[in-house]
Amino acid sequence: MHVQASEFTRVSTEPGAGRFPAAPEIEGRYHREHRGTVGEVRLDLPRMRCTGVDVHYGDKHALRDVSLDIGMNEVLAMIGPSGCGKSTFLRCLNRMNDTVAGCRVSGEILLDGKDIMAPDVDVVPLRARVGMVFQKPNPFPKSIFENVAFGPRIHGLARSHAELEEIVVSSLKKANLWDEVKDRLAHPGTGLSGGQQQRLCIARAIAIQPEVILMDEPCSALDPISTAKIEQLIDELRRNYSICIVTHSMQQAARVSQRTAYFHLGDLIEVGETDQIFVKPRHQLTEDYITGRFG
Amino acid sequence: MTQTPLLVVLLLTLSSLAYHFGRKRAFAVSGGRVRSLHSLPAYYGLYVALWAVIPALLVLGLWLGFEDGVITRLVVASMPPEFAGLEPSRLNLVLNDIRNLVVGNIVSSAPDATIIAAADRYRELRGISTIALFAATLGLATVSGWVAYGRIRPEHRSRNAVERIVMGLLIACSTIAILTTVGIVLSVLFESIRFFQAVPVTEFLFGLDWSPQIAIRADQAGSSGAFGAVPLFAGTMLITLIAMSVAVPIGLMSAIYLAEYASARVRAIAKPLLEVLAGIPTVVYGFFAALTVAPFIRNSGGMLGLDIASESALAAGLVMGVMIIPFVSSLSDDVINAVPQSLRDGAYGMGATPSETIRRVIIPAALPGIVGAVLLAVSRAIGETMIVVMAAGLAAKLTANPFEAVTTVTVQIVTLLVGDQEFDSPKTLAAFALGLLLFFVTLALNVLALYIVRKYREQYE
Amino acid sequence: MSDASETARTSYARVEAGMKRRRAAERRFRFLGKCAVGLGLAFLAILFVSIVGNGYSAFWQTRITLDVTIDEATIDPAGAREPQVLRTADYGALIKQSLRDMFPEVSGRRNRFALYGLVSNGAGFDLRDKVLADPALIGRTISLTVAADDDVDMLMKGHIDRRAPESDRRIKDNQLAWIERLETDGRIGSAFNVDFFANGDSRDPELAGIRGALMGSIYTLLVTLGLSFPLAVSAAVYLEEFAPKNRWTDLIEVNINNLAAVPSIVFGLLGLAVFINFFTLPRSAPIVGGLVLTLMTLPTIIIASRAALKSVPPSIREGALGIGASPMQAVMYHVLPLALPGMLTGTIIGMAQALGETAPLLMIGMVAFIADVPGGVFDPATALPVQVYLWADSPERAFVEKTSAAIMVLLLFLATMNALAVLLRRRFERRW
Ligand SMILES: Nc1ncnc2c1ncn2[C@@H]1O[C@H](COP(=O)(O)OP(=O)(O)O)[C@@H](O)[C@H]1O
Ligand SMILES: [Mg+2]
Repeated sequence: MHVQASEFTRVSTEPGAGRFPAAPEIEGRYHREHRGTVGEVRLDLPRMRCTGVDVHYGDKHALRDVSLDIGMNEVLAMIGPSGCGKSTFLRCLNRMNDTVAGCRVSGEILLDGKDIMAPDVDVVPLRARVGMVFQKPNPFPKSIFENVAFGPRIHGLARSHAELEEIVVSSLKKANLWDEVKDRLAHPGTGLSGGQQQRLCIARAIAIQPEVILMDEPCSALDPISTAKIEQLIDELRRNYSICIVTHSMQQAARVSQRTAYFHLGDLIEVGETDQIFVKPRHQLTEDYITGRFG
Repeated sequence: MTQTPLLVVLLLTLSSLAYHFGRKRAFAVSGGRVRSLHSLPAYYGLYVALWAVIPALLVLGLWLGFEDGVITRLVVASMPPEFAGLEPSRLNLVLNDIRNLVVGNIVSSAPDATIIAAADRYRELRGISTIALFAATLGLATVSGWVAYGRIRPEHRSRNAVERIVMGLLIACSTIAILTTVGIVLSVLFESIRFFQAVPVTEFLFGLDWSPQIAIRADQAGSSGAFGAVPLFAGTMLITLIAMSVAVPIGLMSAIYLAEYASARVRAIAKPLLEVLAGIPTVVYGFFAALTVAPFIRNSGGMLGLDIASESALAAGLVMGVMIIPFVSSLSDDVINAVPQSLRDGAYGMGATPSETIRRVIIPAALPGIVGAVLLAVSRAIGETMIVVMAAGLAAKLTANPFEAVTTVTVQIVTLLVGDQEFDSPKTLAAFALGLLLFFVTLALNVLALYIVRKYREQYE
Repeated sequence: MSDASETARTSYARVEAGMKRRRAAERRFRFLGKCAVGLGLAFLAILFVSIVGNGYSAFWQTRITLDVTIDEATIDPAGAREPQVLRTADYGALIKQSLRDMFPEVSGRRNRFALYGLVSNGAGFDLRDKVLADPALIGRTISLTVAADDDVDMLMKGHIDRRAPESDRRIKDNQLAWIERLETDGRIGSAFNVDFFANGDSRDPELAGIRGALMGSIYTLLVTLGLSFPLAVSAAVYLEEFAPKNRWTDLIEVNINNLAAVPSIVFGLLGLAVFINFFTLPRSAPIVGGLVLTLMTLPTIIIASRAALKSVPPSIREGALGIGASPMQAVMYHVLPLALPGMLTGTIIGMAQALGETAPLLMIGMVAFIADVPGGVFDPATALPVQVYLWADSPERAFVEKTSAAIMVLLLFLATMNALAVLLRRRFERRW
């Protein structure tokens, strides 16, 4: 599913090959020199504001000049073909790219008006405010209780054990997991089903009271029923948190998000209200993608 | 015995001749149409050559294995009856004299006539044996080669036959490992049983007094010797404990530092350097312990007003710990690298610092593997010999004080067996009993450790 | 909503409050890690400095130049120049005479004895060799440079303090005066220590050399190599390429892994019980040492060889089978050559292990004092690491230097072998 620039050129010179339309105007439409994003990248009261973010992995320019706001209490969905830089962008928002050798990030990213890219910013409190849920559920090999208590413990959020228990219980409740695990809090977290594990990871993330939660394809490893539960959960969480979710499924984006951003080969092509993006995309690439002509 | 190389060369020559003839015969029977042969001509040659040499080599091996025993028995039988009645240890000394006479070494006492006669007999029998050996092996090689030669026909499946022989050889080689284990168990067990006939197992395992030096005369003090091995176990454990408390923290922490913190350049330099520690022979560590570390510890203890033995458990344990550092660190490194990156990401994504990630996620996740690695290291330490032989004491003392000299199981095995030995005194047999114990304890530790490590690997596969 | 942002704010305040402590903990942990690596490397450095610092001086030897008159009446009274007579003559007397001539003022038994003690006991043998090589020297006075006694050597190398009180010194005042005279005459000097590489073991430190031990090690390793390489390769080929997967092969597999971790001294016990007591092979002989080390290194080499075979891609086998080769032919002609470099690497590493091994050799008697250089695998011998052990046990100060130097030679061999293994691996490393 990796769509690379070379494939475009190959396809365009070989009419009729592959799933790509063989129209001559493709040359212009898919041209790599696309700059500037279509749509409303700016909000009045953003939680996070990114301006001109570029990411390189070694020599590879993975993300170009992305500017985007993330609002309060909204779910922002990021869609786009594989390898277009969605995860890369997401990982900029809590500086997880710091842990990747050879990765360089430039540009400005503000959280509540403060630059998180500044050299004196400590990533530890930053990540406490911008939590993350990964594609593959990754509970720690500890008990369910300890998994959720991990964040509060390391950050010293609970003053007493009672307070810690309260945080764990309320986080599990918020993650819609409490009823399923309340009798076996001491059991290992790795013993849960995939969907439960992912909700455990969400509970773990919200136990430290973040302001933003980043989710990188949180449902791609789950069955439809678990997916539905998580989507419902995301919708509930929106009341208290800003949520950025990368998804492969356009239906999911349409179901859970208020705004959608479409990435393509390292460029942010279009941003807008989810309804508008799916009903009336303004950019040809977005339209091609959501109508399933490639992806 | 000294003629053996010559015989082997002769046999190999014979075998290469056989190859040559076999190949020629294959050409001959094919009537010039090589394609009519079942196998390539070289296989016919190989077939004959292998048949010529393998039975002869087998006979040679068996012969050499039993030659000396048989000759000795014959020599003893030919000596005056009072020799045959000697107790085994005395008889061994006499036989040693005879053998020394035969090879022309200086003999301990002036040889008397019977000994000289026996030596002559010995020499004569050896001569006969050598001639017989040459005749038997070369004859056998010729006969078996000839039979194989006779079987050559165009339709003979020589390649299959050769492959069967080679496969048989391969299988034989792969059973050597089993034979070695069986050999270890049997030889050590056999001598140990003889030991336990003289000394009860319970005394050996639970006795608190170890003084294996048996007096020469029965009426001397301590004539019976004492074989309570508990002080040895205690000494071994004390030194192992000291070694582990050096090796585990340093090994583990350096594995962590190199895996999680160090830059690629530092890792590329420091890792192989640390591994050099594992390649240094243990005798070098022993010398280092005795020459440098022990005096250093003794002197620094002296400055602090402590009285430290010059062969303190501390010195031996410390140096043994240094030896084991790379062992612990490379095993831990494997184990730590087996922890999936997703767990690290999970912890970092929640704002854990690197040390919190390591202490609260990676180490708990890797714990079974680390325990396995430590068990392997313990088994190493228990079986380590040269460091303790050179730097630990000889006197068995039941103490937990690291400043005192203690002795270990391996030290006692070496002391009991190096130097003059009669093979029937409990003193030498005790070494085998200790060896048996050592073998089983290290075996159990290894099996356990490998089991734990394998389970751990499976968890993340 | 404002409630939620309120809790977020308090929790964030708590995170900030804990940061100072956590940063400090992080720094501490990191520092501990650095210390661990540093300690490990420091031990290595101390070890090397201590060995090299003690040992490098052994490669030089203090030598004394004497004017020796080869008096015919002493060594060949009959004047027939018979080799038997010349070989057994008392050359030591000539050396002593030359010392007396040099220091005519020394009188009394004790003093003379001290004087003779300046040169090595081996000086007479040097002279004998010279005379045997050229009997025409008899009757002439020659200038002969011989090894000094080990105590003199230690003094010249600064290991004996000249200003220490006489009773604490192994070199007494009168000897010191003679040595100082030799120094002013330029008769005492230092030269490369040929004896160390040319001689076998000796009770006299200045005559002791590593040749015997080195040859013993070489014979032992030859036996080990000759047995373990074919055995291990065959076993690996069978287990990796042909063995069916069943209980028996599982047993072999588990066995090999466990044998690799059996303490080496247990192999020594096996050797003693089986090879020496049961098969009555000679004690102290490299053949037995080689057999024991073969059994010990087999698991290592088998494991390495199997890894080498495993890394040959199946496509090679399939290709060979596809053109009509039998499975045996496919393995012998196509797979084995590709796996050979890896097997050789494993073998070299196994040999390095065997070269450094001491404990099992003690069990089979390769620890006896043997002055002669062994000439074959059945001769009594020691090995290099055993020589280290023997010298380390000797009380003379000069043996400390010898031991360290022997260790340096041993480590040099090991380093070379390991470097060879690394080179081989680099050279033939293939990415399929
Ligand atoms: N650690 C890395 N090192 C090198 N290149 C990377 C790394 N991670 C991602 N990339 C590259 O960056 C581009 C964007 O990747 P990513 O953000 O993971 O895409 P996606 O939109 O599928 O999540 C891809 O072309 C990928 O190959
Ligand atoms: Mg992705």
